[in-house]
Amino acid sequence: MNNKYLQEDLLRMSGVNPKKCMRCGKCSATCPAYDEMEYHPHQFVSMVENGDIEPLINSDSLYKCLTCFACVDRCPRGVEPAKLVEAVRLAAVRRQGANHLKADMVPDMLDDETPQQLIVSAFRKYSK
Amino acid sequence: MKVAYFPGCTLKNKAKQLDDYAKKAAEALGVTLEEIEEWQCCGGVFTTACDEVATKLSSVRDLVAAKNKEQPLVTVCSACHNVIKQTNHAMQTNKEFADKVNRYMGEEPYSGETQVYHYLELLRDVVGFDAVKEKVVNKLSGKKIAAYYGCLLLRPNGVMKMDDPENPTIMEDFIRAIGADAVVYANRNECCGGYIAMESPDLAKKKSNAVIENAKAAGAEMIITACPLCKYNLIKNGADIPVVYFTELLAEALGVKEDTNE
Repeated sequence: MNNKYLQEDLLRMSGVNPKKCMRCGKCSATCPAYDEMEYHPHQFVSMVENGDIEPLINSDSLYKCLTCFACVDRCPRGVEPAKLVEAVRLAAVRRQGANHLKADMVPDMLDDETPQQLIVSAFRKYSK
Repeated sequence: MKVAYFPGCTLKNKAKQLDDYAKKAAEALGVTLEEIEEWQCCGGVFTTACDEVATKLSSVRDLVAAKNKEQPLVTVCSACHNVIKQTNHAMQTNKEFADKVNRYMGEEPYSGETQVYHYLELLRDVVGFDAVKEKVVNKLSGKKIAAYYGCLLLRPNGVMKMDDPENPTIMEDFIRAIGADAVVYANRNECCGGYIAMESPDLAKKKSNAVIENAKAAGAEMIITACPLCKYNLIKNGADIPVVYFTELLAEALGVKEDTNE
């Protein structure tokens, strides 16, 4: 896919304007999944801005974001990086056969106390 | 008074106590929670992408059901509340999105008219914590309780508008209203790991442990939450103090806990 179109699509879906970012790194500093990520929230912002999107689409970092909205609320410039992470994740899982979580994987992940909410949320985030 | 009530999928299964105690306690406070008919799952998490329409229809249907009943919509589960409130906000503020959604709805277009309350907001803003205090028959005096907000009740604050997202007081005020001592600690609005428990249980463990240890270090003997997934993560990851739903404590304080069939 032409990166220019993909980039425009991501910005439109997310409503994020990466040019507002002043590179303070507060989003990554407050991210609870920081240690698990190959690309961190501030890198999502700058890499999408530069059209360097393929590495993000293929990175497991997409599935480490907890959608806790900490970076959304704590960004002093209102960039809202989690919305960009979500857009890239959707660009990844919307591709044919690219679901990150498949139904037949689920039974092994459950225990007697697993709340329904956990299964519903994981499917909503990881699959289309 | 009567309000429309959205319980959500988990409250009919693993979190039955959250639902039962919420209804019993509300009744004791003069509020009847009327479950909306044929409600549908909220979707668990809100998808922030504005071109996601189908995944948000179920929440809009719930909001429309409350509008048709001419009642505010009350939720208890933090996740349901977050999804329904964010969906309502999108219907109010994004015309293009609302137009797409309304093509799936009935004759009358919906544009976010329903007022959405979390149960805690109902206690604070409609019933009033002072009125709650007057109805307490079993004061939980001396009990040191830590409120665990997690993420979804407070953020994104521009939409949720429940409280100050960095220094919230609504749950502590609730704890004081039922006669107990509120323990304030730093991690009360940090993430438990949420749905990452599904495929990276180690990360959920790390995040949940940080909350538990921080609450205990501040002197907590008990943690309260409004979220079934927070409760699951904290208990599964070794909480050695009780983690209970806030509605259970409310029912206990109001003297209606024993009426509840678990």
